[in-house]
Amino acid sequence: MDRYTQLVNTPVGKRVAKQVGLPKPVPLKRHVPGAPVVDGKVLVGGAPGGRLAGPIARVLASIGADVATPLRPDLRAAAAEAGLDASPWTPKASVDHRYAALVFDATGIAESAQLEELHAFFGPTIRQVKACGRAIVLGTPPESARKPGERVAQRALEGFTRAMGKEIGRGATVQLIYVEPGAEGEIAGTLRFFLSPRSAFVSAQVVRIGAEGGKVPSDFDWERPLAGKVALVTGASRGIGAAIAATLARDGAHVVGLDVPALEDDLKAVAAGIGGSALALDITDPEAPRAIASYLKKEHRGVDVVVHNAGITRDRTLGRMDADRWNAVIAVNLSSIERITDALIEGGRRAVLNEGGRVVCVSSISGIAGNAGQTNYATSKAGVIGIVDAYAPALAERGATINAVAPGFIETQMTAKVPIAIREAGRRMSSLSQGGLPVDVAETIAWFASPASGGVNGNVVRVCGQSLLGA
Amino acid sequence: MTPASRRAVVLGGNRIPFARSDSAYKKASNQDMLTAALDGLVERFDLAGERLGDVVAGAVLKHSRDFNLTRECVLGSRLAAETPAYDIQQACGTGLEAAILVANKIALGQIEVGVAGGVDTTSDAPLAINEDLRSILLDANREKSTQGRLKQLLRVRPQHLAPAIPRNEEPRTGLSMGEHQARTAAEWGITREAQDELALRSHLNLAAAYERGFQDDLVTPYLGLERDQNLRPDSSLEKLAKLKPVFGGPEGTMTAANSTPLSDGAAVALLASEEWAKARGIAPLATFVDAETAAVDYVNGREGLLMAPAYAVPRLLERNGLSLQDFDLYEIHEAFASQVLSTLAAWEDPVFCTQRLGRKQPLGAIDRGKLNVNGSSLAAGHPFAATGGRIVAALAKALHERGGGRGLISICAAGGQGVVAILEA
Repeated sequence: MDRYTQLVNTPVGKRVAKQVGLPKPVPLKRHVPGAPVVDGKVLVGGAPGGRLAGPIARVLASIGADVATPLRPDLRAAAAEAGLDASPWTPKASVDHRYAALVFDATGIAESAQLEELHAFFGPTIRQVKACGRAIVLGTPPESARKPGERVAQRALEGFTRAMGKEIGRGATVQLIYVEPGAEGEIAGTLRFFLSPRSAFVSAQVVRIGAEGGKVPSDFDWERPLAGKVALVTGASRGIGAAIAATLARDGAHVVGLDVPALEDDLKAVAAGIGGSALALDITDPEAPRAIASYLKKEHRGVDVVVHNAGITRDRTLGRMDADRWNAVIAVNLSSIERITDALIEGGRRAVLNEGGRVVCVSSISGIAGNAGQTNYATSKAGVIGIVDAYAPALAERGATINAVAPGFIETQMTAKVPIAIREAGRRMSSLSQGGLPVDVAETIAWFASPASGGVNGNVVRVCGQSLLGA
Repeated sequence: MTPASRRAVVLGGNRIPFARSDSAYKKASNQDMLTAALDGLVERFDLAGERLGDVVAGAVLKHSRDFNLTRECVLGSRLAAETPAYDIQQACGTGLEAAILVANKIALGQIEVGVAGGVDTTSDAPLAINEDLRSILLDANREKSTQGRLKQLLRVRPQHLAPAIPRNEEPRTGLSMGEHQARTAAEWGITREAQDELALRSHLNLAAAYERGFQDDLVTPYLGLERDQNLRPDSSLEKLAKLKPVFGGPEGTMTAANSTPLSDGAAVALLASEEWAKARGIAPLATFVDAETAAVDYVNGREGLLMAPAYAVPRLLERNGLSLQDFDLYEIHEAFASQVLSTLAAWEDPVFCTQRLGRKQPLGAIDRGKLNVNGSSLAAGHPFAATGGRIVAALAKALHERGGGRGLISICAAGGQGVVAILEA
């Protein structure tokens, strides 16, 4: 927790912040192994005619959630069928209740007038969301809508969730999950992630779940989703990379950490701490892709999860930037990802990337919003989004996925060196009014990496606390 | 060995008109009123000097001196002094639970005939001395010497003169019954309009029952009252709509009209074996078929205080192989209009019925035209322990009057309890 967050959460600090109108960051709840997915009551609503009441109820039943639903026959029947002892709910009943999460199935909204269902459900309840609570709207991808009116209405959901994210406050987050028709059975991993404290620093995001994912087995171990899997994490020796390695290891994966030879000692320490292996090489080396591929094939008979985290900054304003700075950033942050990915997926069924593999790239808010002094970096990170777009269809064909996280202001050694005024602006200029932690990025990557995220392909999810930049 | 079992039948009943609190019966004690109700029954069924098997009754608000209230009433009545009696107390379920006890003894052949009922006064309430003063007096009493006693008595302060007043709240939650029910009503989305409609129908139905003489052999005038004082035959939805909510805050839906008022009164019912009735030449009105009592955890659990009947009825139906729709008349005690409506809503809800009742299907809706056809507590008033006796006698008569049929009684009670029964004619 940064100093300011500590300060405004003291009794005196709270009063001062309120009177002066300062941002009021709430210490975010983060995942603790073994803790329930949701700690508190979950209110589930929906527009009439939706197709997700049943799937949502089944997910909530599987996590043992304490649920309430409006007294609408379809919602009640769905809860009953899922074995959920859901309390009845009406707007009047909500007065003295506090909710850990509000979940709304908006797939029934087929025209703009029906958007009023959002107002009717969230209006009386937004102020009843607990600190670090969750609001999740599930819709139909606009491009999958059957009629123009439905497409309009479904597209409109995005404005609603983004605006609600700015209103909800107290560490709570708001998301929009577009579920493709046919993907109703694929929502478990994503719904769990966004309900849970794992998504603490992710807000106002739009996620698409497609129908190609493959089923989650009924005996799936949600505490160790990556058990038996091998994960490659580049740039694993420090900061966010080390957090990614640790989180994937926690989820059961054998992690192969990769970093430049100069950081080999740090890398080995990280690998040893999580029972993983260390692979020291320079990813911009022309031989690197083949070396990585053959190492993974030889040592582990392939790889299941690849996290392209390695990245560098060489900041200068464009007019003062020499070619070396430009080229180094593009080479590490962009070109090497393309080359390594190509090496891992070539060879069809004998490819190094196993069937059902997961590729996760690390983009940046800078690549979305742009940042003065970072033309090179922003170019590379926007290019990473291009990689996700370009590779997603090919990976989908082999049951694999590729997605990216785009971190915002994350508290690392790198950001600690930023001048205080800029650092404070970076922290506070977001709906959560604070910086994120490396683990927030790592948890989001772990969600992408999970075998339960088969339907999640081609997404870019920002881990930025709904930063005002590029929003 | 399976004990021999036979049918217990309801022969009739008697009650005094129910009065509003601190009104017509403000000087009447529980003993006065229950004795009056008993004597009316003696008169109606020619029981003067008879030794009955049992008289079972009780009161919710009771003076400590009334520890043997029912027996005292028997001694004060025209029944034979050899008639045994005992008190029970199960809050608003008292009267019906008393009927269950009497019916069970009859069914087992232990008695031939008995009286079940109850009485309550909120006017002649049992004020107790201040708890601190009581403690001081008891301490003084324990002292051996006069000096010691004086020393204790000197602890008495003026504030100790304030009496302990009986409180209308659940000891474990500190919430009044109305506040509890306001939460349940809000949860089940019970509207103000639906509650007012139910209240109005109660008044109109009870008024009609008086008009057509239905109450003539159920009610005996007392202390100048001939009809229930709370009855408003000229009530209307417009008038009811004007009232301010009394529970659930300013946004609440429960008013003084769709909640029962504090009231005073007594009611008893006469139950017997078929043989006894036949020997006396009294035509039975209905058979007391079966009964069930349930309780819910409203303290730590998530269930509403007054939702126990919603659990008791399905268990009773299951045991008797009946569905909720297999009844010709329903008597659901109107503690609050919203209690009746919440119960009915729960029985139609798939989640409640599958998850909390463990059924495959909801119990479903009932024909509202069969509900409380002769009015219920919202119109008549609700002297807590007297309500069971009122309903048992009135439902038995209504079933008999229509030439047969099956009736369901459901009564909610404080402490998260519910007592339900089936009558058949």
